[in-house]
Order: sequence, then C-alpha cells, then structure tokens
Amino acid sequence: MSFDVAAVRRQFPILSQIIGGKPVHYLDNGASAQTPDVVLDAVRVYETTERANVLRGVHRLAERATEAYENARVEVATFLGVDPLEVVFTGGCTAAINLVAYSYGSLLKPGDRILLSELEHHSNIVPWQLLRSRSGIELDMVPVTVEGRIDLEAMAKLLTPRTRLVSLAHISNVTGALVDVRHVVELAKAVGAKVMLDGAQRAPHGPLDLPALGIDFYAFAGHKAYGPNGVGVLWARPELLEAMPPFHGGGSMIGRVTFAETTFAPPPRRFEAGTPPIGPAIGLGAACKWMRGLDWADAHAHEMALVQRLMDGLQRIDGTQIFGPASLQNRYPVVSFLLDGVHPHDVAQTLDSFGVSVRAGHHCAQPLMDRFDLDGTTRVSMAPYNDNTDIDALLTGVEHAARTLR
Amino acid sequence: MNDQLYQDRIVALAKAKTGAGKLSAPTRSARRDNPLCGDRVTIDVRLDGDGRIAEIAQQVRGCLLCQASASALASVAVGRDRAGVEAVRHDAEKAIGRADGQPEEPFAAFAPVKAHKARHECVLLPIEALQDALS
Repeated sequence: MSFDVAAVRRQFPILSQIIGGKPVHYLDNGASAQTPDVVLDAVRVYETTERANVLRGVHRLAERATEAYENARVEVATFLGVDPLEVVFTGGCTAAINLVAYSYGSLLKPGDRILLSELEHHSNIVPWQLLRSRSGIELDMVPVTVEGRIDLEAMAKLLTPRTRLVSLAHISNVTGALVDVRHVVELAKAVGAKVMLDGAQRAPHGPLDLPALGIDFYAFAGHKAYGPNGVGVLWARPELLEAMPPFHGGGSMIGRVTFAETTFAPPPRRFEAGTPPIGPAIGLGAACKWMRGLDWADAHAHEMALVQRLMDGLQRIDGTQIFGPASLQNRYPVVSFLLDGVHPHDVAQTLDSFGVSVRAGHHCAQPLMDRFDLDGTTRVSMAPYNDNTDIDALLTGVEHAARTLR
Repeated sequence: MNDQLYQDRIVALAKAKTGAGKLSAPTRSARRDNPLCGDRVTIDVRLDGDGRIAEIAQQVRGCLLCQASASALASVAVGRDRAGVEAVRHDAEKAIGRADGQPEEPFAAFAPVKAHKARHECVLLPIEALQDALS
C-alpha cells in the first residue's frame, strides 16, 4: 500500500495538538471530521480578501465573493459527478433532507407512501413524520438484518404502487454498512418511486458518480466531509428541482416580487433564500477539491486496514461485541461495539482519558437501538488521517475500562 | 484523567445497586429519560400516611454515574418527603458545582463529576425521576 498517512496528517493542524499531555486520537469523524489547511486557507482568503454578499452587489468584492461561491458549487458538483445547477447549498445535511420533505413533500397526496429503514438517523425520520402530520402521507419502515444491514427482501414486500419515495442512509452512521444502491434503485423504480440517499457518512470517503447510481436526491453535510460547519448540500435531478416549490422565502430566490404575486428563481437559487453560508460553502468547495486529490483506492484500503486492526483488537478483549457487519465487504470505517457490563458512555469517557475521541449513545438512531434492545453503542468512526496509533490507544483504553469499571 | 472521575467510591455506589428493582405495589412511579444520551431511570415509591417515602426501588438503563446516583439516592430516600428529597438534590448540585457549599454523604462522592459538565445530568436524572414521582 502506498498510502502516506503521515503526509495526510500533516495537513490537519488539530491532529498535532497535545491536550492534557495526550495526543489527539480523533475517532469521532462520523459526528464531525477535522479540517485540512487548504479548507481553512480558502475560508480565510474569502474572509480577508473577498468578503461581501453574493449575487446582489456590483462592487468588486461582491463580484469576487460571488465568483468564489459559484466556483465552490462547481467543485461540489465535480465531486458528485453532476451539473453545478443541480447543486443546492443548504445549512447542513438535516436542512437538505428537510428541504426535500417540505418541498418535494408538498407535491405528494394523502395516502402516498414514503419508505424509510429502521437504521436511519433521526434526520431521515423526523422530517418525514412532520410531513405525515401536515399532509396525510404514510410512512413504511424497512427492517434491518441481524448484521445491521437494510433487509432488501423485506423492502421488496413493503414497496407499493403508492410508494413515492425511498429515503435511506447511503452508509449507516451506526454500523458502517453500505446499502446496495443498485438493488434499492431497481426495486424502487419497479414501482415508480424516487430514491433519496442520506450521504452524510459516505461523502467523507471520496468522490461520487451520482448519475451512475440512478438515484434522484442526495444530501450530505460539509462538516463531516472536512469542510466548515453550517453548510450542506442537496443534489436532485434537474426535472425534480424544477418541479419543486421553494422551501424558504426571501431574497435571492425570487424572479419578481409584488404584493399581489411573486415569481421564483430557477434552481438552485430558488432553494437558497437569503444570504447563503458563503464562507462555509467556499470551504466545502475546497474540501471537495482536497478529497478529489486523494487516491481513494489507497485511502479506502488504509481505512479498512484500520477497521480490521480494530476488530481484531476488540475481539481479544473479553466481553466485547461488534455491532454491525463482521465482513469488510460493503462497509465503511464506522464500527460500533459493546463492552459487556460497561455502559457506552463510560467507555467513551474512559477513552477520553487516553486522548481518544469517540461517540457513545444512540447516535440519533433510537429505532435501531430499540430494534436490538440496546442502551447505545460506542462508535469508532475513521478518516484517512487516522493511523495505527489511534486504534492502539483506543484498544488500550477499552482494556482499561474492562479492567476497572466492571 | 477520567480515572479521577471513576473513583472507587462512585464505582462502589454503582455496584452496591441499593434499591435496584421494582416495588410490587408502588404508591407512585415515574420514569425520566435523558433525550441526549438515552439514559432512562424508573423510580417506584411507597409512601406512608404522612407522604414520606416508606420504600423505594430504582431501575436504571444508563451509565455508571446514573447507576451510582440512583443507588446513593435509594440509600437516603426512606423517611424523606418532598422537601427532604429537595435537600438531597441540593446536595447533589453542591457536589457537581451547581450550588455552593459542602455536600453531605453519599452525594459528596460525586465531586469528581464537577469538571465534566456533559455528565452532570447523569447524576441528577434519578433525583429528578423521584421528584416527578412525588409531585
């Protein structure tokens, strides 16, 4: 393997910090990833040499800001393999899903159905429940297998001619399982349903070719993909964006406003009411460009070697149980585990004392926790900058928790 | 180090599991969830004719701090009325630095939690559940 993890790590200033005498072993990337210098630099350039509002001004700073903002849209579009006019900047991944639930949702009729799965993040459940309350649509829930994968056989039985949308996590934020998109699209299209993927956990692991996936909507968050907070992306097929009414009303998204009537701008501006998160979007553009610069075949092999090291190490500690697929196939570097007799929060708190940052709890996926009757799990989520020292520090911490807390 | 958080006294309180379980015929019961972490505490009490706790049982689905707090609470709850439970809460708040003063035992054991604000609610959740049961 030719992946130079040290070279990647050097690009992330936070990773060289020492806190309380411990190095930073950051394994909570599924919650928020760290940011490389090139992203920080891009935001700094905007804030110090281009800062102004976009679209409206005629002065030179406004023109620079608009150009930088639209260039970021091009970078994101290139990363996703789509046309820039199909890329909507939102406040985050949750905001993107809510946009679809509100706007595409307003085109649905009582009795129409939306299919979700048991492993969804709350942000791919609650917006649809709110839509159900507003419009009388029905929700169906695909169960998961014992390995924590979406049960596609069960899904086939739950699809009906009234199913208008299937909205699933591209990768589970709890188990790391990659959904079989080709199969999902095949099943959904057979009943005429659209497919949306919540890409929050997939986007941080390299460029995508969304048209080739055959899906209709894609959402992801900037801060999980090495970009700033406060920005996310919605991609949708152009004919869908064209048919969808606005979500928020305000400046920038209009054609012409009178008190009698307002006409709306074409997409993507129709969905970007008010001043967008300009600096964060520019940072996200830089993050997408940075991701395109990595060799992801090597990076993914590196990440999965870390997963293997983690799984092997956990299996050597008495009373651990990995929750999720045992195989490295069709999974990404998110690993949840249980330590018998020790609550996940106590595991995570102990790991913090070893300099290791992980997430513990229900991971905003309470239906999945209920399905397996779990209080929660301890989740290790990796990025290309993680290395063996991160995994080894974690394993030392888990051994310590096992020895002292039960 | 969080070794300082998980001190022997806290671990011992959790392991003691004082009052763990259910009452067969509780006068009052209450359940409290922490929506942020998913911890859940259920408290059963049997009250005497004066509204004082005659018997208490606690069930915790949660972390060691929550278990230790529920166990500590059960160890001092019998004989207390609402005001008495409020005094226990005040003790816990003193221990975690939310109120001034020296906490009494057993909640004095929770002083190491003071530095970990994200965990304060773990200590308070069982007391809040008991207060719900008495309200």
